Amino acid sequence: MSIHWAAVSSRTYSGPLGVILETPQSDPEMGSVGAAVVESIDVEPVNAKKRRTLYAKRIKVHPKRTKGAFRSTKWAVMAVTLGVYYISPWIRWDRGAFAPDQAILIDFPARRFYFFYIEIWPQEIYYVTGLLILAAFVLFLITSLVGRVWCGFTCPQTVWTDLFVTVERWIEGDRNARMRLDKAPMSLSKFHKRAIKHLTWMLISLATGGAWVFYFADAPLLFQQIWQFQAPSSAYLFIALFSSTTYLLGGFAREQVCTYMCPWPRIQGALFDEDSLLVSYRGYRGEPRGKHKKGESWDGRGDCVDCKQCVAVCPMGIDIRDGAQLECIHCALCVDACNQVMSKVGRPSYLIAHDTYRNLAAAAVGETAKLRLARPRIILYSALIVVVAGVMLIALITRDDLDLSVLHDRNPLFVTLSDGDIRNGYTLKLLNKQHHERRFVITVEGIQNYALSGVGLGDGTSLDVVVKPDRLRSIRVFLTVPRTYIKGADSLFHFVLIDPVDGSQSLAASTFRGPS
Amino acid sequence: MAFSTNKEIKVASEFEKDPVTGIETTGHEWDGIKELNNPLPRWWLYVLYATIVWSIAYWVAMPAWPTVSSYTKGLLGYSQRERVAADLRQAVESQSMYLDRIATSGLQTILDDPELLEFSLAGGAAAFGDNCAPCHGTGAQGFLGYPNLNDDDWIWGGTLEEIQATLKYGIRADHEDTRFSEMPRFLKDEILTRDQVRAVVAYVMALNDRAHDSGLAETGSIVFAENCAACHGEDAKGSREFGAPNLTNGIWLYGGEEAQIYDMIANSRKGVMPAWEGRLSDETIKQLVIYVHSLGGGQ
Repeated sequence: MSIHWAAVSSRTYSGPLGVILETPQSDPEMGSVGAAVVESIDVEPVNAKKRRTLYAKRIKVHPKRTKGAFRSTKWAVMAVTLGVYYISPWIRWDRGAFAPDQAILIDFPARRFYFFYIEIWPQEIYYVTGLLILAAFVLFLITSLVGRVWCGFTCPQTVWTDLFVTVERWIEGDRNARMRLDKAPMSLSKFHKRAIKHLTWMLISLATGGAWVFYFADAPLLFQQIWQFQAPSSAYLFIALFSSTTYLLGGFAREQVCTYMCPWPRIQGALFDEDSLLVSYRGYRGEPRGKHKKGESWDGRGDCVDCKQCVAVCPMGIDIRDGAQLECIHCALCVDACNQVMSKVGRPSYLIAHDTYRNLAAAAVGETAKLRLARPRIILYSALIVVVAGVMLIALITRDDLDLSVLHDRNPLFVTLSDGDIRNGYTLKLLNKQHHERRFVITVEGIQNYALSGVGLGDGTSLDVVVKPDRLRSIRVFLTVPRTYIKGADSLFHFVLIDPVDGSQSLAASTFRGPS
Repeated sequence: MAFSTNKEIKVASEFEKDPVTGIETTGHEWDGIKELNNPLPRWWLYVLYATIVWSIAYWVAMPAWPTVSSYTKGLLGYSQRERVAADLRQAVESQSMYLDRIATSGLQTILDDPELLEFSLAGGAAAFGDNCAPCHGTGAQGFLGYPNLNDDDWIWGGTLEEIQATLKYGIRADHEDTRFSEMPRFLKDEILTRDQVRAVVAYVMALNDRAHDSGLAETGSIVFAENCAACHGEDAKGSREFGAPNLTNGIWLYGGEEAQIYDMIANSRKGVMPAWEGRLSDETIKQLVIYVHSLGGGQ
C-alpha cells in the first residue's frame, strides 16, 4: 500500500503545485493507511475498505490569470467558437416555400440535414461520414505538427471550462483570493459570492443547453414555444441534459474530464513523434533551477527561477517542468506566464516553448536539431486530407438533384397475360431534390416493343410522373413485352428518368424476367 | 475460480514498478503489456455508487423482477404493451383523415386521388398480407386452385366494382349475395362417357394451339357445343356473368396439363372465396379493391 501511495505521490504531488498541494506525506490519514496495509494485503480481499482510500479525492485547481500571446489567442478562439455555437441556428437561408429557411438545421422528423446551400437526404449520410473522416485527419495532422492544439484551444470542454473559470475570477477574484475564499468559513459575503457564481454558471449552462436544441428545430419558433411551455418534451429534456452536463463539466469536473473521461489524450500519444512541436520546458536552459536575487550572477545556473508561475496558471494542475504528461492539454498558458517572468528577470523569453523532443535532446548535449516538417506522417495525412476533401467536393458538385431506384417484383417474377404477353412489375422510387414540383418522364432503354403502364399514371411507351418538391415518390410500374420479343429468362435493361425542363436524367438498371 | 484468483493476488511489495512512470503495475500482463495501478479519482467511485442507487431506484419505479407467475410492476406503472397499444390507437387516429374520406368516396374517386391512392395501396397491401396471402400468395401470384390476381384473366370480372363484389360477397360463400358457378362432374355423375371427356379435352387443347388428336377434337367440338358452350360460350372464351373461365388464353385455375384438364371435366373442383363483408370494414375492403386492382390486371 505504501508503494501505491508513493506512486501516487510521485505523479500527483511531486510537482510543486503551490500551497494547497504541499506535503501529502504529512497527511496523517494517508500515512497510517500506507503503514497498515503492507502487513495485511495478502489476506485482504481486493475490495477491502482500506483499499478504497486509493480513490484519491480531487484537489481543486485554481488557475492564476496570465497575459500573453497564447492567452490572447485563447480569448479570440473562445469568442469565435462560442459565437458560432450560439448564433449559427439563428442564421436564415431562403430555400423557397417547401423547405425550412434555417441555414443549419438537422430536421429529424423530415429526415433532412440542411447546411446553407447543401441539403442532405438520409441516403446521403456518407457526406457526414466523409466530413468526420476529414475532421479526424485534420486533427491527426495538427496534432502531429503542433501537439494538442485542439485540446488546448478549441475543445468545448476547454472553452467552457475557460469561460467558467473566467466567471469565477470575476466574482471571487484571482487564484489567491479564491483559495482564501475556499478556506474561509461560510459568511454572508462568501455565500453571496458563491451564489452569484453558481447562478451565472447556471445561466451560461442554460444558454448552452438551450442553444443546442435550436439546431434541431426552427429556432425562432422553438424559442417562442419554450417560453410558452409548448415546446416538445424532448426539447426540455435535451435542454436539461446539456445544461446540467455543462454545469457539471465546466464548473466542477473540468480537468478531470480530460484526464479520466476523454480517450483522445491517449490516442494522441500515438500521434506525436520526436519532431512534433509540443509545449515543453527547455531543461537544458532552465536547469539547475533555483531562486534568484536581483543582481546575482547567472553563471553556473539555469534560467528557471523556480517561481512556479507556470504551475500556478496551469488549468490542468501540473508542472510542465516534469516533462510531457498525459494531463497536459498544450494550452501554452505556462509559456505566457514564464515569458512574463523571463522579461522581468532579464533573461531571454521562451524558456517554456513549443519545441521538439529531437531538439531538446540535441540541445542537452549542446547541439541543435533542425525542425522537420515534411515527415512521412505529415505528408500522408496531408495527402489523405486532399484526397478525402477532393472526393467529397466532386461528389457534392456532381450530386444529382433527381434520382431513380428500381425494385423488381420478387413475387411473382413475371405474369403471363391472357394474350400470352409477359408482364413484369417494378416499384420505382423517384427523388426530387429540388424545392419545386417537377414533372418527370420515364422511358425504357434496352427492350423493344414494350408497353409501360403505371398505377394511376396511364400507359404508353413513356410515363409522365409529377413529384412534389423535395420529396420521394414511389410508383408501381408494369412493363409488358410480347412473348415473341422475349429473349431468354432474364434480360437487362434500364429505366430512364428525364426532367424535360432542364434535361437532367437518371438511369437505373433492372432485369426483365420471362419463362425460360 | 474466484478463490484461485484470490490466491494469485500478491502483496503490494511484490508488485514491480514500471521504470518509465515509476508507478507500480497490477501484476496483470497481456502480451508483455502491463497494467499500471493508477488510482481512480474518488468522484469516479461515487459515480459507481450513483449507478447502483439508480438501479435500485429503477427496480422500485419500473417493471423489473420476474416472479413465479408475474413480475414486479414498479411504482410508475409503466408497461411497454400499453405503450404499444397507445401508439397503435394514435396511429389509427392519424389515419382517420384518410379513412373518413375513403368511406365516403367512390372507388374511382379514390383511384384518381393520388393521396388516397397511395394510402389505399399501403393499407391494402397490409390487409392483403393479413387476410388474403394464405390462399392467393404474398405476391397475389395464386396457386393451383387459387387465382393469380396479377394477370388480366378474371373469372368474375376485374373492374373496381366487380372486384369489390367478389371481395364483399365471396364465391360460394355464406353470404346471401354470394355468387355460384357450377362446373358439373361430367364423368363422375355420368353425364359424359370417358371417351366424350377425352374428346372435349382434345378440343380444348386444339383451342389453345397445343398438340392434340384432330379427329378426337372434332368429336369434342360437338360435345363441347352441347354440354359446355352454355356457360363457357360457343367460342370457349368464358362468361364473367356465370363465372365461367376463358378456356382459350393459357391461364388455368386448376392447371393446364392435359391430365389436369381431364380431371377438371371429369370430377370438377370448386373453390370458395370467403365473403369479407362484416369481417373487414368497408374502408379496408375498399383499400383491398384498390390494391388488387393495382396489381396489374385491373380493368
